Amino acid sequence: MDIRNVIIIGSGPAGWTAAIYAARADLKPLIFEGNEPGGQLMTTTDVENFPGFVNGVMGPELMGVMRDQAKRFQTEIISAHVTSVDFSQQPLKVTVGEKDYFAKSVIISTGATARRLGLESEKQLYGKGVSACATCDGFFFKGKKVIIVGGGDSAMEEAMFLTRFAEVTIVHRRDAFRASKIMQERVMANPKITIIWNSAVDEILGVDVGHVTGVRLKDTVTGETREMAIDGVFASIGHEPNVSLFKDVLDLDEKGYLKTVPGTSKTNIPGVFAAGDVQDSHYRQAITAAGSGCMAALDAEKYLAGL
Amino acid sequence: MEHTFTDQNFQKEVLESEIPVFVDFWAPWCGPCRLMGPVIEQLADELDGSKIKIGKCNVDDNAAMAMKFGIMSIPTMLVFKGGQVAETMVGAVQKDALKAKLEKHF
Repeated sequence: MDIRNVIIIGSGPAGWTAAIYAARADLKPLIFEGNEPGGQLMTTTDVENFPGFVNGVMGPELMGVMRDQAKRFQTEIISAHVTSVDFSQQPLKVTVGEKDYFAKSVIISTGATARRLGLESEKQLYGKGVSACATCDGFFFKGKKVIIVGGGDSAMEEAMFLTRFAEVTIVHRRDAFRASKIMQERVMANPKITIIWNSAVDEILGVDVGHVTGVRLKDTVTGETREMAIDGVFASIGHEPNVSLFKDVLDLDEKGYLKTVPGTSKTNIPGVFAAGDVQDSHYRQAITAAGSGCMAALDAEKYLAGL
Repeated sequence: MEHTFTDQNFQKEVLESEIPVFVDFWAPWCGPCRLMGPVIEQLADELDGSKIKIGKCNVDDNAAMAMKFGIMSIPTMLVFKGGQVAETMVGAVQKDALKAKLEKHF
């Protein structure tokens, strides 16, 4: 049986940073890239707040160089999605389809995934006007009308991006945004963006014709509904941690994120560590994910040294 | 070998093809599309070229075809059989899953 020192699950900033640190500590890490290699940054454009990039950097480019850096120190990379884990005994077992991998320690950096509106019509019209990626699909809405649902920084960023192509309306369920002040100011000052407060998407219209034709909005105060003709729907309403592999295995916090011992990356199982958005409902930044990936690698190194 | 489909050759290479054709509609500025790029190249080499044709269509350069097939998200991957769309996949997929899907069309 081939038992590795450390397996890393997930390839966002947390996973790659853990890989770089573990590889430089000569732990010969193996990383599984997962279904969405590079994670959430792959669907962003300019990242302006990652230190070291004076003029900003494109999300996919940042993830590309992190991957190259991990590779340079002989990280073993497998482009596959982990299907199950067994942490009930040592060595820890990580399974991909039919194949089992074993390790003395595991770092979980599976990140978080964008939340959907949760409507049946949203599912049916996905790829037909309902989009999960503004940077991928904005192009197809040239000269059209789109709405973006949400009130956080990423909603503001996506709205700004979409104005390159389309007429944009932000639909938000409250009467104020929780986005940072700088992003709010940019949005408010943009003449191509209209804001509809106190409203939620009740239904996406167009299932009968096979593409989005509009939305039915519901006023969150009065409960009144009205229809609005639009061509595209983008949702930016937060994220959910990717914990399905670990639900009955590891402790979760009250918000459903992996629980770690404060100030460390340790989970409730010795040798299993967590880093990045999967264990962070609060900061959720590329740089904090990277920082916690470093913590996890150092924690794993120390754990392995004590075995 | 991977094919490149364009507005110009689409009719002949895809719609009039005798064998099923897999077309990945993509663009260089789309992160998930860039992930699929190498996967599709590998599948083009691994799968039997006499049973299925595999290629990409850049929507930036070939807007007419993207429009014709109602592409509104990328990557969107279509399988054509006898000039008709036989399967639609939206969003990046794992190599093994994609391979299995394509083999069903042989």
